[in-house]
Amino acid sequence: MTLTQIVQGERSLAVIGGEATDANLRRYLHGIPGVDAVGLEQRAAGLGTRSIKTTSKAWALDRIIGLIDQTTLEGADTPGKVRSLVAKAVTPDPADPTCPSTAAVCVYGDMVPFAVEALGSARGDPEKGGVAVAAVATAFPSGRASLAVKLADTADAVAAGADEIDMVIDRGAFLAGRYGMVYDEIVAVKEACRRTDGTSAHLKVILETGELNTYDNVRRASWLGILAGGDFIKTSTGKVAPAATLPVTLLMLEVVRDWRRMTGERVGVKPAGGIRSSKDAIKYLVTVAETVGEEWLTPSLFRFGASSLTNDVLLQRQKLATGHYSGPDYVTID
Amino acid sequence: MTFLDYAPAPESRSILDLRSDYGLFIDGEWRAGRGTPFASISPATEEHIASIASANEADVDAAVSAARRAYEKTWSRMSGADRGKYLFRIARLVQERARELAVAESLDNGKPIKESRDVDVPLVAAWFFYYAGWADKLDHAGLGAAPSALGVAAQVIPWNFPLLMLAWKIAPALAAGNTVVLKPAETTPLTALLFADIVRQAGLPAGVVNIITGAGETGAALVAHPDVDKVAFTGSTAVGRAIAKTVAGTHKRLTLELGGKAANIVFDDAPIDQAVEGIVNGIFFNQGHVCCAGSRLLVQESIHDEVVDRLKDRLSTLRLGDPLDKNTDIGAINSREQLDRIRELSAVGEAEGAERWTAECAIPDNGFWFAPTIFTNVSTSSRIAREEIFGPVLSVLTFRTPAEAIAKANNTPYGLSAGIWSDKGSRILAVADQLRAGVVWANTFNRFDPASPFGGYKESGYGREGGVHGLAAYLKPGSSALAAPATRSQKAARKGAAK
Repeated sequence: MTLTQIVQGERSLAVIGGEATDANLRRYLHGIPGVDAVGLEQRAAGLGTRSIKTTSKAWALDRIIGLIDQTTLEGADTPGKVRSLVAKAVTPDPADPTCPSTAAVCVYGDMVPFAVEALGSARGDPEKGGVAVAAVATAFPSGRASLAVKLADTADAVAAGADEIDMVIDRGAFLAGRYGMVYDEIVAVKEACRRTDGTSAHLKVILETGELNTYDNVRRASWLGILAGGDFIKTSTGKVAPAATLPVTLLMLEVVRDWRRMTGERVGVKPAGGIRSSKDAIKYLVTVAETVGEEWLTPSLFRFGASSLTNDVLLQRQKLATGHYSGPDYVTID
Repeated sequence: MTFLDYAPAPESRSILDLRSDYGLFIDGEWRAGRGTPFASISPATEEHIASIASANEADVDAAVSAARRAYEKTWSRMSGADRGKYLFRIARLVQERARELAVAESLDNGKPIKESRDVDVPLVAAWFFYYAGWADKLDHAGLGAAPSALGVAAQVIPWNFPLLMLAWKIAPALAAGNTVVLKPAETTPLTALLFADIVRQAGLPAGVVNIITGAGETGAALVAHPDVDKVAFTGSTAVGRAIAKTVAGTHKRLTLELGGKAANIVFDDAPIDQAVEGIVNGIFFNQGHVCCAGSRLLVQESIHDEVVDRLKDRLSTLRLGDPLDKNTDIGAINSREQLDRIRELSAVGEAEGAERWTAECAIPDNGFWFAPTIFTNVSTSSRIAREEIFGPVLSVLTFRTPAEAIAKANNTPYGLSAGIWSDKGSRILAVADQLRAGVVWANTFNRFDPASPFGGYKESGYGREGGVHGLAAYLKPGSSALAAPATRSQKAARKGAAK
C-alpha cells in the first residue's frame, strides 16, 4: 500500500513538544485557532454550488465508485450477505465491465474471513485496482469496552485478514478532556494493527463527529487522531445522527492540509454515513480538490463510507452513457 | 485535463429576450431619447448587447414632470397598504424572473453568475419585500404620527451592483410614498431597463417609476432639476462632492453613498480558515468593485506570514473567466476605463516599493480582466493604502496591538465599513466601538440585509440606506406637536374629501 507509514509517537513528540499527557495535549489542541461555524458552513455551501458537468461529471462518477468503502454493518449480517456485498464491490455494474470496482468492503470483524474468502484474487490494494477488506473494531460503534477488549477486537480482525481497521475513539474521554487517554488508546490500537510479518493494517480513526457536537471539538479530535498515528480520520460510524456533513468534512480536510503543510505527511479523510446521492458525493470531491488538492482523490487518501451511494452513482453513470434514466431495477441490490 | 479544470458549465442566455435598442421609460411608456444613443457592451467579450437611448435635459424634464404628476395625482393619495401591495408584487416578479435578471446582470456587468444568482437578485427581492412591509407602518417608523413623503426622488446609481442599487433606492422611496426618476450607470443599464418591464407587469401607476439612461450629463441634469425634492446618489466621492455643491442652498434632501477603503482587521486569535475566506470575500467579491470592500488588510504581525501564505494558496484556486459560467469566481472588470485605473494604481504600488503577487490564471483575449493581486510590505502612506482602487487588489499592512489596529483602520478619509476577525467576543465589541465606519462586520464580511442600515462616515458619504434609517431618508417627520402644519399628503387627502 502507498499510505505513509508513520512511526509511533514521533508525530506527537515533535509537534507538541513533549509527552502526550493530558496537560500537554490540552495546551496544544486548545492553542489551535478556533473555527467560526457560520464561516465554515458558508464555505462548504459555496463549494456545494460548483456545477460539475459532462466530462468532469463522468470522471467524478467513476472516481466516486473507486473511493467507496462498500459497507454493511448490521446485527443481521450473515456470510451470505457479505458475499453478496463483495460481489457488488468487485462488479458494481454487471451490465458494464468498464465500471471500476469499489475501494473496499467494510464489515464487522467476525465477517472478515467471509469477505476475504469471497474476494479471493480480487482482494488487493485499491490503488492498484484491488478491493481491500476493512473491518470496524474497538467495540464499534459505541467504543464502550475496556482497552483489552478493544485491542483483542482489533487483533482478531487483523489476524483474520483485515487490510484496514476502522476504530472509534472514546468520545466520553474526549469530552471529559482526557485527551491523553484517547491518544494512548489510538496508539495502542495502531500497535494492535501490526501483523506478524511486520506490516500493518491501515488505521482509520472514527471521531463520531455527531457526538462531539462542536466544530472546535471536531478540529481538536482530528488533530488528536493524526498526532496519535491515524492513517485516516473518519467522520462517523453511521450509527449516530448527524453523520458526515460537508462542513465537518471540509474542516477535517483543512486539518489534513495543515498537517501536510507542517510535516509534509499525507493523511486520509473518510466521510461516512448519510451520503446517498451522486450529487452530494460530487460536492465532496469538489471540496477535497479545492481544499487539499486533486492528488487526494485517490483511495489511499480519501474514501466514502456508504452503502446506498453506489447504486445512485451507477444510475447517474448509466444516464450519462445512454442519455436517459433507467430505474432502481437496473442496478443490483447487495 | 484534470478534475479541477471543471468542464464548462455555462448558464444559458436563451432566457433573455433582449431588444436591439432601448428607449427611456417615462410615464409608463417607452420613449425615444433625444440625446445620442450609446451602446452597452459585455465587458467579458466586448460584444455589443444593445443600443441605449440617452436622455437630454428635455427628457429629464419630461421624466421629472411625469413623476410629479404621478406623485400629486395617485401615489401620494394612495394608502400605504395599497403601495405595499405594489411593492410585494414587484418583489414576487423579481423572484419569478430571477434567472433572467441574473443572466442579464452578469452579461452587462461582468460579474460571475453565481454572484448575480445567489447574492444580487435574491437581495433585490429581499429589499422590495422588506420595504413593502413598511409601506403601511410609517406611523411606527419613529418619525412621529403620519410622516409624509418628500415628493419626487432623483436617484443616480453605480455600475457595480446595478439592480441591487436600484432596489436600495427605489424600494424605500416608493414605500414612503415618493415617486422616482432613476438613472442607471451608463455601462450597466440593462437590468434597470428590464426592471421597467417588471414595473409595467406589476401594474404600477404610470410615472411612479421612471428610468432614464445616459452618461454623466444626464445624471447632472437630473440632480439639478428644480422640481426634484430628494437626491440619492451612490458612486464616486468626486461626483458626490459635485452633487452636494449642486444641491446646496436648495430645498432638496440629499443622501450620498460614496467610496471606501475599508480595513479588515485580523487578530492573531482569529479563526484562521474562515478569516482567509472573509479576506477573499472582502476584496475579491464582485472583482473588488464594492464600495465597502475590505481593501486594506490589517493583520497582526505575529501571523502575517501565515495569513499571506494561506491567502495565496486560496487565491490560486479562484477561477477567472466567463461570467456566465457557473463555476467562475472572478468575472470581468466592468469597463476599460476602470481596468486602466486599476492597472495605474497597481503600477504605483509597485513603484512605491510594495511587493506584488498576482494569482496565476489565464486571461481571456477579449474583454477587461485583472487577476487577483495582493500587495505586501505596504506602508500606510502608500497610495494603494489610501486611494480606493475599486478592483481585485488587496493591500496588506500589519499592526502589533489593538490600539494600533484601530488607529490605522481609522486613518483614512473614508469610513464606510470595516471587519474584525477574532475569537474573543469582548475584543470584537471593544474594537468595533472605536472604529469610525458605518458598518462593522465581525468574523464575516460583505454581508447585507435589508433590515440593516448601511452608509458612511466622512468622505464615504452621509445618510443611511436600509432598515428604518433608509426609510427616514425618504420621509418628512410627522406631526408630533398638536399644531403641526398639515403635510402635503394630508392636504391632498382633505382636498380629495371635499370633492
